[in-house]
Amino acid sequence: MLVSIGVMVFLYAPIVVLVIFSFNDSRYPGAWHGWTLRWYRQLLEAQSVEARDIWRATRNTLSVAFCATAISMVFGTMAAWAMHRFKTRLQSAHQMLVYAPLVVPDILMGISLLMLFVNMSVNLGLTTIIIAHTTFCISYVALVVLGRLQDFDHTLVDAARDLGANGFSVCWRILLPLLGPGIAAGGLLAFTLSVDDFVITFFTAGPGSTTLPVQVYSMMRHGTPTLINALSVIFIIITFSVVIFSQRILQKRDTTHPHI
Amino acid sequence: MNQRKWREWAISLPSMGWLVFFFVLPTLLVCSIAFRPRSINGGIGEGWTFGTWLDVLQPSYPLVVWRTLWLSAATTVICLLLAVPVAYWLARLSREARNWMLLLIILPFWTNFLIRVFAWWSLLHSEGWLKHTLVWMGVASPDTQLLYNEWAVLLVLVYTYIPFAILPLFASAEKFDFGLLDAARDLGAGKLRAFMSVFIPGISQGMITAFVVVFIPALGSYAIPEIVGGPQSEMIGNKIAQKVFVDRNLPHASALATLLALVVLLPVIYSIITQRKQKRTGGTKRQ
Repeated sequence: MLVSIGVMVFLYAPIVVLVIFSFNDSRYPGAWHGWTLRWYRQLLEAQSVEARDIWRATRNTLSVAFCATAISMVFGTMAAWAMHRFKTRLQSAHQMLVYAPLVVPDILMGISLLMLFVNMSVNLGLTTIIIAHTTFCISYVALVVLGRLQDFDHTLVDAARDLGANGFSVCWRILLPLLGPGIAAGGLLAFTLSVDDFVITFFTAGPGSTTLPVQVYSMMRHGTPTLINALSVIFIIITFSVVIFSQRILQKRDTTHPHI
Repeated sequence: MNQRKWREWAISLPSMGWLVFFFVLPTLLVCSIAFRPRSINGGIGEGWTFGTWLDVLQPSYPLVVWRTLWLSAATTVICLLLAVPVAYWLARLSREARNWMLLLIILPFWTNFLIRVFAWWSLLHSEGWLKHTLVWMGVASPDTQLLYNEWAVLLVLVYTYIPFAILPLFASAEKFDFGLLDAARDLGAGKLRAFMSVFIPGISQGMITAFVVVFIPALGSYAIPEIVGGPQSEMIGNKIAQKVFVDRNLPHASALATLLALVVLLPVIYSIITQRKQKRTGGTKRQ
């Protein structure tokens, strides 16, 4: 009990301090100079070069995340379906391929993709970041969808086939509606991982394709932390409300359909 | 090829092709570049050489490898020590309270990873709030440096990886039959004895998973030692990035990455072997 309370305090203390100091009227992180909203104003009205850089990085982050999520949702779902339906030697190899990126540290994935792009003389930019993110997102989507498939009723597919449905309509009218929540959950996970990723992006980004984490990193290095405080708080508010909102929806669904 | 076989290939090919081309191939490429010379303009030269490996084995690296290993091992041990009591506590809560506590534990980790590291950076900063408090309490002197050392790196590593330890341990603890603890107590075991020799072996599967998901990413740490560590607390990840971005020596970076990959493989092989063993003994028990 005591350890648990200690761990909770440990988890939240830095975040609480960060939130408080985002209202600090001082350029430096330590000294308290009274309350202000000027960092938020500067950020939201894009008053400085830094604030404009942050907005550009936000746009890059979102477009990378959307593309990587879309591709990995398609490929990941197909991979999960193949691994679930067929138990062949090809699928054990497939499974190893899908699991391996989950175990490999980010920095190894980053440097190996960088070497590939350098070797092929590809210019680094948004495309290379999207490729890199898709590579690790496929595994996560496949894993989540595979989990959902464990309690999937295969007789439904056979029944549809017996009733004369072709491959396409089985996919469209049976698989997609039933697997929809699993695919969406996998996509959500892929999206957050893509938005959050720093190390792999750092290795595969080129000039002008900065994403938000990379931007935060360079601001930290070059000493303008006060804007990051305000940005972090906006981030925290968005993520916390999304998580709590989705939790609410899930709980509601649990109570209305207790048998699922 | 029959139709079923053909269907299997068609549906497996996109993901397999992608992963072979963008994961397996680059990994092999890194291993091979480690044996290539460096070209003058910072690229990869012609021919093959062992020279890079001789550079990598020079005296300063064993220290970095050693530091990477002990920091990751210490992170894993501390995370497990803190996470086991938390998992035990969570598993004994009511269903609703448990769901809320789990959400509370995961919630900070939905905020950006760098922002969390940054929060620690500004806390530990020489002008930071924690430092001022410690000086005011008389624990630290005004010129104590909290940042840029191994302890700061260890602290932030533990902070980052502790949920990864709590979740698998909780998953095993949830399945644990707590009646066994009462049985042990009835048979005369003390509280601690019952905990250590009944509960801990009962959650061994979760311990192995927690070990793998904390230790391996910790080995590959780059951002944490880069931000809160200094030149005296570099890990292999920092050396790799330095060789890529500062020295522009790609073969050297590749050799270091290969070295890191070999270090990472060891715990993976260990966990696969122990899991096989457990499966085998579990299988004989059931018969």
